[in-house]
Amino acid sequence: MLTANEILEWDTEGTPAPAKPLLVVEGLVKHFPIRSGLFGRATAHVRAVDGLTFAVNHGETLGIVGESGCGKSTAARLMMQLIAPDRGTIQLNGHDVGGPELSVKTYRSQVQMVFQDSYASLNPRLTIEGSIAFGPTVHGLPHDEAIARARSLLDRVGLEPKRFAGRYPHELSGGQRQRINIARALALQPKLLILDEAVSALDKSVEAQVLNLLLDLKDEFDLTYIFISHDLEVVRFMSDRVMVMYLGRIAEIGATEALYGASEHPYTRALLGSMLSMDPDRRTMKAPLTGDPPNPINPPPGCRFHTRCASATGLCRAIEPKLMSCGPDHETACHMADPASGYIAVELRP
Amino acid sequence: MAVTSLDTASIAEPVLRSPSYSATVWRRFRRDKVAMIAGMVVLALILMAVFAPWIVPDDPYKGMSLRRLKPVGTPGFILGTDELGRDMLSRLIMGARLSLFMGVTPVFIALFIGGVIGIVAGYAGGWLNTILMRTIDVFFAFPSVLLAIALSGALGAGIANGLISLTIVFVPPIARIAESVTTGIRARDFIEAARASGANAITIIRQHVLGNVLGPIFVYAMSLIAVSMILASGLSFLGLGVKPPEPEWGLMLNTLRTALYTQPLLCALPGLMIFITSIAFNMLTDGLRSAMDLKA
Repeated sequence: MLTANEILEWDTEGTPAPAKPLLVVEGLVKHFPIRSGLFGRATAHVRAVDGLTFAVNHGETLGIVGESGCGKSTAARLMMQLIAPDRGTIQLNGHDVGGPELSVKTYRSQVQMVFQDSYASLNPRLTIEGSIAFGPTVHGLPHDEAIARARSLLDRVGLEPKRFAGRYPHELSGGQRQRINIARALALQPKLLILDEAVSALDKSVEAQVLNLLLDLKDEFDLTYIFISHDLEVVRFMSDRVMVMYLGRIAEIGATEALYGASEHPYTRALLGSMLSMDPDRRTMKAPLTGDPPNPINPPPGCRFHTRCASATGLCRAIEPKLMSCGPDHETACHMADPASGYIAVELRP
Repeated sequence: MAVTSLDTASIAEPVLRSPSYSATVWRRFRRDKVAMIAGMVVLALILMAVFAPWIVPDDPYKGMSLRRLKPVGTPGFILGTDELGRDMLSRLIMGARLSLFMGVTPVFIALFIGGVIGIVAGYAGGWLNTILMRTIDVFFAFPSVLLAIALSGALGAGIANGLISLTIVFVPPIARIAESVTTGIRARDFIEAARASGANAITIIRQHVLGNVLGPIFVYAMSLIAVSMILASGLSFLGLGVKPPEPEWGLMLNTLRTALYTQPLLCALPGLMIFITSIAFNMLTDGLRSAMDLKA
């Protein structure tokens, strides 16, 4: 069994290989059974996450975007080991989580999470410093030192310890509480922070402050972020790379500018088309995407997006496209981007 | 690494402290006049029970056939005498001991047993929850009075058996409440966050669950004290609980009922005590409940 420091050994041995993956997720699958009837037999499965494979490089921010119900939060909870995957592995720095070298408990000190609901994610009966100090004491830090760490973290997230340490969550604003949640996540000195819609519930001015705080903390503590959001502008601002999810799968993944500038997947294009434009001449007149995503209990065969895709053909309905490289650090799962797929654009009748 | 400089903040420096949850509840409770009065009545009853042997004006066991069934207000026997000529006031004071004991003890034992069952079921969820709660549900098939009588009847009369049967009656409702409160807390993100920080179930229950569920469970158990007293009195009335000549309000009601037409006021006295006590406990519970009903 390795200690937290040994896992990140190369970190201290001079310069690490550039863009070495910190977290590798491979073939992650989570189906939630829907139980019904007298004996609660599983009659159907919600395919919340259906085969995710990606890597997060050390020091980068990976943005994850997608509509509600596309599996973003399930993916986050799987990565945090809050729920067990049906299939697939997670590796931190080359070590299997839960394997002989890396226990789940050690993994959890290295990977932390900030939730969307700033109020529900703090224990209303604990003081601010008590909430932040809880994690370190679980990992064996003496109480006094944990409190000291909590107070200095409060300082780092921009809340004066003297004023805030002894107070309770309900006395604080949403932005202040989310700063506390960030401090709580940092208290275990993690390497990777999963931010699951962490700023989505905040109003715009506070959101900007918290985003800037996150950027500062990333430099200061040498952090890697997985930034989950449905807000495309915020993801663009925060991320080095972006992953677009649709119905539990990756639709497209790539460097932020490549993906925002030259997206290959029609779903990504539709999402980007729904962004608000600052230019009144380029306002969106027509909804680029209509309807809801299909039911994840029975995802459509072939390409999962074909039911809403303007360019879908018989091929798309029959064969599911694989994630293929379509440029430097840019992969997409669309037949149109794959010359070998046999996709022939059909003239759409008006 | 920058991170190593984290544990440098001084903890000696005083910080501003907000009143804790319990302090806030106590402040709100103190402002509630009805609840405070009810609390004082309960306190007075408890003190009366504790110091009963020293404050009784007469021997509560000594009867005399010459002074049977004296009415309320008789000189020397302010509250009259019972069917065996024993001083009513002394017996009522002494009766508080057994009546309160029979009311409070089963509830507290049930609070412990039911609380553990409910919290474990609520926190664990899944099949363990199903097994525990379906087992508990079996007890709900019987009305509580019937269940208490049946159990006492099966176990035989006596204080200990009465306590056991009342405890069994109160475990299911307390477990039910504990389970539902715990399930609600369990779903909150701060439990997820605590799990994410690597804490095991015992630590999470101790540090994050108990503080949030004990209050509501305790208040609910308090509200059962009145029920328990009435049930205990009922058992004694039926001859299944306390046996004569022990003074107990329910038993006193039973033995005095033959004199109901000759001395109605006298016969109502033990019932009045039961009434006052259960009302006081109920109002105290209501006050506590509204004091704990904070947004936070």
